[in-house]
Amino acid sequence: MEARRQRVILSGEARPRLRHYVRLQYDPVRGAWALLSPERVFWPDEVSLDILRLCDGQRTVSQIVDELAGQYDGAREDIAPDVEQFLQEWSDRFLVTL
Amino acid sequence: MSDAPLPPIGILAELTHRCPLQCVYCSNPLELLKADKELSTDAWLALFEEAADLGVLQIHLSGGEPTLRPDLEQFISCLARRGVYTNLITAGVGIAEGRMERLCDAGLDHVQLSIQGARAPTTEKIGNNRGAQEKKLETARRVVELGLPLTINAPIHRHNIEEVPAFIDLALSLRAQRLEIANVQYAGWALLNRNTLMPDREAVERQVEIVEEAQSRLQGILAIDFVAPDYFAIYPKPCMGGWARDAFMIAPDGMVLPCHAAATIPTLHFERFGERSLTDIWLNSPAFNAFRGDDWMLEPCRSCDRREIDWGGCRCQAMAIAGDAAATDPACVKSPLHNRMAMLIGEANSLPSSNADDFRYRRIGRA
Repeated sequence: MEARRQRVILSGEARPRLRHYVRLQYDPVRGAWALLSPERVFWPDEVSLDILRLCDGQRTVSQIVDELAGQYDGAREDIAPDVEQFLQEWSDRFLVTL
Repeated sequence: MSDAPLPPIGILAELTHRCPLQCVYCSNPLELLKADKELSTDAWLALFEEAADLGVLQIHLSGGEPTLRPDLEQFISCLARRGVYTNLITAGVGIAEGRMERLCDAGLDHVQLSIQGARAPTTEKIGNNRGAQEKKLETARRVVELGLPLTINAPIHRHNIEEVPAFIDLALSLRAQRLEIANVQYAGWALLNRNTLMPDREAVERQVEIVEEAQSRLQGILAIDFVAPDYFAIYPKPCMGGWARDAFMIAPDGMVLPCHAAATIPTLHFERFGERSLTDIWLNSPAFNAFRGDDWMLEPCRSCDRREIDWGGCRCQAMAIAGDAAATDPACVKSPLHNRMAMLIGEANSLPSSNADDFRYRRIGRA
C-alpha cells in the first residue's frame, strides 16, 4: 500500500503548468476556450484564462502574480490571494501541477 | 421548445456489446447486439468526423468491451487529430500485450477501468470471470506506467458495499487519480437483478460517511466521485445532464440515443446514424426533442425551482417505476410515487438470503 502520496501545497516558488493530459484549446464551434480533462470540459472565464496561460512551467507563482498585477493594473496584494487560491484548487483537482 | 439546441459536448460510443465479463448490473440493454450488427470501421470514422464538426469535445469509447474492436487505434487517432478528448472505458481483461501502448501512441487521453470488487473473489463472482482481478490490476499498472491518467470505476451494490474502504485503498495503491464510487443505477441488467443487488439502508448510510471522510482526508491526493443510489435519494440526478442537453450515446449498430436505457420508452422512435446525419438527429429527432428543456414537464416539476438543476431526473426511471416517461422521477421526494422506492427497497431486503445470489448474468441472447 502506498501511503506516501501527499497533497501538494502551493508556494510562491512553485512553477505551475497544466498537466500533460489537460488541454486548453479554442473551440471554433462555440467561439470559446475549452479546457479538456478526464471526463470533464471546463469553460474558463477571462481571468482564469489569463492565469492558465501563464502556467507554463517556467514562471513562478510570484512572477505570475507580478505579471497579472501589470495586466490588470492592480495591486499585487489584492491579486495574490485569488491567484493562489485558484492554483491550489486546480492542483487539488489534478489539472495543474505545482 | 423554441431555442435551437446548443451543440453537444460529449458522446458515449458503445462500440460493441461483446464483453469478456457478464456483470449482473450492466447498463447495456437486455437485447444485446451480436458482432454482425456493429457499425463498420468506416461508419464509425465518418460518425466521429461528423461529431467533431458538430462540436463534440469528448468521446467515451465504451461497450461492452471496446478493446475487442481491432480498429480502436484508428478511432483514437481520428479523434486525436480532430482535437476530441478520448476516454477509454474498459473492463481491463483480455487486453493483449502491447495494445495499451498502441492506444496510447494513437493519442488516447484517459482510461477508466472498472473493478467489480476490491477483493478478487467479488470481481470474479460479479463478472462471472475467473482470474479477472489480476488482469485488471495489470491493466491499471500498465496505464499508469504509460503516464495516462487513470480513473477506477467501482459499481456498488449489496455484494460489495462493505468493500468501499478497500476500494479506496486499492485506488491509492494503483496510483489512480480518480475513484468513482458509483452506486448501481437500476436500468438494463441491473433492473433485472434489482432484488439481488439492492443494499440496505444502514449499509448505504455507512457508505456515505466513509466516502465523505475519505473525500476530505484525500483532498489533492485522490478525487472520489460519489454517485448516490437513486432509491435512497431525496432528489433525482440530472440524468445525462438533462435529456439531449449536452451529451448522448450511440449503440453498436449506430442507433443514436439520448441515454443508455432510452429504448425502454416505447412511445419514442430512434434513428440510426447513416440513415440520417448525426446533426440532423441531434437537432430534429422527435425523440431527442421529446424531453428537452422544461416545456414537457408536468407538475410537480413544472413549477419546481430545481427543474433546471435535475431536469426532472431520469426519464427511464420514470418509465420503469411510474409507467410514464413524462412523470417526475420517483427518486424525487416531491413525486407522488416516491414511497414506491422505499417499498422496492423493502421488498428486495426481505428476500431470503438463499435467493440473494440468484444472479441473471449478462449474456448475448440470454436475457
